[in-house]
Amino acid sequence: MPKKPLLFTHQLEYLSILDENGNVDQTLEPELPEDFLLKLYRYMLFGRRFDERMLNLQRQGRIGTFPPLTGQEASQLGAAAALKPSDWMAPAFREGLAEIWRGKSMENTILYYAGYDEGGAVEEDRNDLPLAIPVSSQTLHAVGIAMAMKYRQTPDVAMTFFGDGATSEGDFHEALNFAGVFQAPVIFVCQNNQWAISTPLSKQTRSETIAQKAIGYGFPGVQVDGNDILAVYSASAQAIERARSGEGPTLIECLTYRMGLHTTADDPTKYRNNEDVKVWESRDPIRRFQTYLLNKGVLAEEKTQQYEEEIKAEIQGGVERSEKLMNELGAPEDMFAHQYAELSPHLLRQREEMLEQWRLDQKEEKNG
Amino acid sequence: MAKLTMVQALNLALRQEMEKDDRVMLLGEDVGVDGGVFRVTDGLIDIFGAERVIDTPLAESGIVGAAIGMAVYGLRPVCEIQFSGFTYFNFHQLESHAARLRHRSQGKYHVPMVLRAPYGGGVRALEHHSESREVYYAHTPGLKMVIPSGPRNSRALMVSAIRDPDPVIFFEPKALYRAFREEVPEEEETLPLGVPVKVREGGDVTLVAYGAMIPLSLDAAEVLKAKHGIEVEVFDLLTLSPLDDTLITESVRKTGHAVVVHEAHRSFGPGAEIMARLMEEAFFYLEAPVKRVTGYDIVYPLFAREKAYMPNAMRIVRAVRETLAS
Ligand SMILES: Cc1ncc(C[n+]2csc(CCOP(=O)(O)OP(=O)(O)O)c2C)c(N)n1
Ligand SMILES: [Mg+2]
Repeated sequence: MPKKPLLFTHQLEYLSILDENGNVDQTLEPELPEDFLLKLYRYMLFGRRFDERMLNLQRQGRIGTFPPLTGQEASQLGAAAALKPSDWMAPAFREGLAEIWRGKSMENTILYYAGYDEGGAVEEDRNDLPLAIPVSSQTLHAVGIAMAMKYRQTPDVAMTFFGDGATSEGDFHEALNFAGVFQAPVIFVCQNNQWAISTPLSKQTRSETIAQKAIGYGFPGVQVDGNDILAVYSASAQAIERARSGEGPTLIECLTYRMGLHTTADDPTKYRNNEDVKVWESRDPIRRFQTYLLNKGVLAEEKTQQYEEEIKAEIQGGVERSEKLMNELGAPEDMFAHQYAELSPHLLRQREEMLEQWRLDQKEEKNG
Repeated sequence: MAKLTMVQALNLALRQEMEKDDRVMLLGEDVGVDGGVFRVTDGLIDIFGAERVIDTPLAESGIVGAAIGMAVYGLRPVCEIQFSGFTYFNFHQLESHAARLRHRSQGKYHVPMVLRAPYGGGVRALEHHSESREVYYAHTPGLKMVIPSGPRNSRALMVSAIRDPDPVIFFEPKALYRAFREEVPEEEETLPLGVPVKVREGGDVTLVAYGAMIPLSLDAAEVLKAKHGIEVEVFDLLTLSPLDDTLITESVRKTGHAVVVHEAHRSFGPGAEIMARLMEEAFFYLEAPVKRVTGYDIVYPLFAREKAYMPNAMRIVRAVRETLAS
């Protein structure tokens, strides 16, 4: 009955390819086609501008509560961009840009935050789950999808997104454990933006990294600079490759920062000081990628201007189309539309009752 | 007396109980430095410190499970779950343990904890932030289910909930958090759990409601009197479980008519229970079928349609007139 050391040979890596100033580590630089690099850049820019517009719409009362993603463009896009269309994605609620990359329409995004259930619709050719607000709940769905993929022997993988706060929920740990036990082809992408509303990472966990939590569940974890889209993309592509070739799950921790509000209902001055936020401004993911592309000769200054103008017009178009849709949608009976495959006689009667009450309400309101 | 909002009145109750009793602890997500997302616990961490006002990791099952342990060891934890829509993450801790420990230990242990959570609709909130699912808890033996309807009673009920020897689920109607102010005395005030109150006297019909439906019901009663000469007797349940129907059945024996109002879904809802009690206790006094004004039996819609979903004073007026006409 000796007391002896257990063999424990795990090692964690931290990956960074582009530094804050856009200098690249050429030994790690992924080889990506120029048009793909430009597409990534354009989407990041789109993500930032769309975020700004959504904040504006919220302030004008044209949409409801909205969670901004500014600062996290690289850490969500870099991961989602490594997926194939036939793969599945299970996002949390701050992955608006990853969703749009995967084919969600701007209109649906706006409709959802404007309070229309129609905005939750998942487009025909998109394999993703709708965003999930109950923190961490979606991580298990990705595992189940991946287990089903394995059973069906498809060459696909599932990717799920969640925050640093989400790693405290039981669901997260159950998801990692299932994934490990069943060697499911799933990629866990933690958006470690260091805050869960007012709770800093240091109050969320005693571990030094989130990546290391994978070790306890028997599969690899990696920490990447989440503001470096090349690092996020490379780590994701590698994890996806592992999963596709039957080697099981990976946990990727993207180290980034929530530059803005938790949601438009939040007041961060209550709990964090602006100095910390300032530090992260110099680490902006878009600026460094732009510098890299300019240095590489892939992007020209004029082109960024052109993108800005195109994006502005696209967003304007999206806002207008969604507001037009809002005028057409909103019939109250549609809230009964997707409750069950078939409405029971009782619910059909309730729908009639609701319409009748609504009609009478409208009439009374008009007559004062 | 100060005029307080419900948020301020709850804050007063928590502060005074913490001052009086060092067993009272607060725990939850963002309850400390942030003062809670609705600011109910604002400033308490400055008075009582981070040992008693605990910003927990993001884990509802963790919060409630740990609170059960604290309560069994002799503390009086008050948990905040950020929205009632996230209490399902801790449901098994309530059902399997908080509600049963007294029974399972044959009286050796008990769980004097409070779980606070904002509930209810009508505030243009996000998905999962508007539901009214108090029935899950009212249906669970071993738990008490309390819902205040204004600043003054929220303070008095909170004090009673904290002092109660059994687990209390305390749902706060978020639509009323800042809707109006009331005089709330600085001196201690309590209200007994398990006792409804009559909030308006009337002889024609008995109206039963609670939470955010109380102001609507009182508005409807005004309209019914002014426009139709109908005198409505209004009861505020305050405690859904254990439900004491004595005053309500007594009132219905007098009026012969009843309407129940809740934003919770209709089927198997609080209205169903109250109607059943009336069948049992006042059947021969009823002159017409009892009516319900409720949320529908569907997933709560996103806010563009919530107005069509939520009960309003106009619907209540119609229901009362229908039951009197039939
Ligand atoms: C189960 C659950 N509990 C609480 C909430 C309320 N809530 C919404 S977001 C959030 C913080 C999430 O933090 P994190 O996982 O780090 O994601 P981030 O907001 O930083 O993107 C909380 C507490 C929720 N949506 N779901
Ligand atoms: Mg976070």
